[in-house]
Parts: sequence; C-alpha cells; structure tokens
Amino acid sequence: MGIALETSLDVSLLNVGGREFRSRLMVGTGKYASNSDMIRAIEASGAEVVTVAVRRVDLNRANEEGILNHLDPAQFFLLANTAGCYTAEDAIRYATLARAAGFNEWVKLEVIGDQETLLPDTAGLLEATRALAKDGFKVMAYTNDDLVTALRLEDAGAVAVMPLASPIGSGLGMLNPYAIRTIKKRLSVPVIVDAGVGTASDACIVMEQGVDGILMNTGIAAAADPVRMATAMRLAVDAGRLAYLAGRMPRREVAVPSSPVAGMID
Amino acid sequence: MITLMVNGAPRELERNATIAGLLGTLRIDPRLVVVEHNRSILRDRDAYASLPLNDGDVVEIVHFVGGG
Repeated sequence: MGIALETSLDVSLLNVGGREFRSRLMVGTGKYASNSDMIRAIEASGAEVVTVAVRRVDLNRANEEGILNHLDPAQFFLLANTAGCYTAEDAIRYATLARAAGFNEWVKLEVIGDQETLLPDTAGLLEATRALAKDGFKVMAYTNDDLVTALRLEDAGAVAVMPLASPIGSGLGMLNPYAIRTIKKRLSVPVIVDAGVGTASDACIVMEQGVDGILMNTGIAAAADPVRMATAMRLAVDAGRLAYLAGRMPRREVAVPSSPVAGMID
Repeated sequence: MITLMVNGAPRELERNATIAGLLGTLRIDPRLVVVEHNRSILRDRDAYASLPLNDGDVVEIVHFVGGG
C-alpha cells in the first residue's frame, strides 16, 4: 500500500508559475448552500487553490458575508478571479484590487464577452493578460477551447491557460476533447481546464487528455451532497492523471480474446 | 457636512471625515477589505486615518466573496 500512496501523491503535485501546488484540483467557493458545506467540501476535495471573487461590501448588512470570515488564508491559496468583468479595463481594476488585499499576485483572469453563454472576449482577454503580466501578475487565463487564442495567451505572458470543458456552470462535461488535447500538446505553460465539469467521470476524462489540472465550482457546489462529490472529484482527478500517465491501450474495432486461444479441450 | 458616493450610494459625513473613521462607523475591519478612493487603490492601511475625504469623492470598499 505504501507504493500506491506514493504514486497517488506523486500525481497530485502541480507546478504553475514557479510555485508547486499539492493538488491538481482547484475549486471555487461560490454557490454553496452554507459556509460550513463549503468548507467541508473544499477539505474533502484536497484542493490547495481556491478561487474567490471581488465584490462590494454590502454596507447594509453585517460584514460576515466576506469569505475570509470562513476560510483560513493560511490553509489555502486564494486565487482571486475577475468574474463578471466584460472589458479588459474592468478586469485589470478587479485584479489590482485583489492584489491589494495582500495575499498574492495571482489572478484567474476572466473577460466575458457574452452574457448568455459567459464565453470569453478573447481580444479583451489578451489585452488584459498582456497588461497584467507586464505589471507583475501571475495570470491564469480563462479562455475557450481555441488553440490559436491559447497560443497567444501564452505569448502574452500567462503562467497557465485555462480552456473551458463547456460553458461555466453548465455541467455538460468536455465538449471537444480534440481541442483540449491539441492545446495541451502545443503549449509550454500548464493547461488547466476550467468550467463545465459536471460529475466525476467528466473530471476523469478531462485528466485523461493529459492536461495539468482542473478548476471547478458548480460541479461540486450544486451536487445534492457536495462533500461526497468533492471526494469523488478528488479521486477522479487522480484516476484520470494516473490513466493518462499509464498510457491507455489502443482502440480496436474488433474483439481480441483475453484468454489463450490454444489449449481448448476437444 | 460633505456628501460622498460610498459603494454606489450617497452618504453624508462630517467635514473632517477620514477613511478610518468611515470604516469605523460602518463597523468594517480594515484588514478584511480593500479601499479604492477616487479610482486609486489605498495600498497603505496605516494611511486610512490621515487621508482626508472631500465632498463628491467616490469610495469603493470591496472584499473577497465566494466565487468560481
């Protein structure tokens, strides 16, 4: 069992932007029914990186809605996002506010181009990536599954590129495995699939493409039992990584017997 | 009195008001928020007590919330 444990830990380590993280699974903190559900699910997921959003303090309510009242920043790596930003200018402003909170200079950059699909505005995304990387940010760029955009984001200075499996919050799983594999093959920086994973098999199939990690939120938070699903996702990410490293057998259109053909009795 | 826009809503304050005073009135822990004053982020929390606020200033007080 010692070997199995070692192997499992071995596949979990992820290096991004010169920093080593203990899990290939990154999780969001939104949409949980309660803060205690959120904390228990995050702990079950084994994630080190947790995403947070930047929003106005509601001055009419108690200050308890702030995530730092519930999440210990010493225990997790807080990755601020720019969710809800529709222009490069807004995304840069949000990223700069997040950095001023004093935890780190990392940002999960989102520049959204369409309200209905939440698909990215790739022109704005490239512009913001360039500006933020120049300003010392470690940019993890949420993008679509387009190879050329992914290459441009790498050139623009992103430390990781985050193509979607399917639209944010859709739970549709990976719609284009070919595109994800192609992006992974062509990029030097880590590829972390972000958005669209709905259940453990989705996560496993994503990891089997050879990508470096997955970021998810709704797949866990919207499950009937988020803690169980977080555990399933942790195991699925490790399983998918191991299967990728193991190298799957070739697909065949005909059966090949597993038992010897010779030695059958008359 | 002076009138400022704080998080998108008008708010009346004393003429000698400061960011530190405003946060105190709102019962906000300065360590848990980031303050933007007239589009400029206040990076030094120690300066909250000395920065004077003026009529028409725009203040944004933000923090981290759950998100994906």
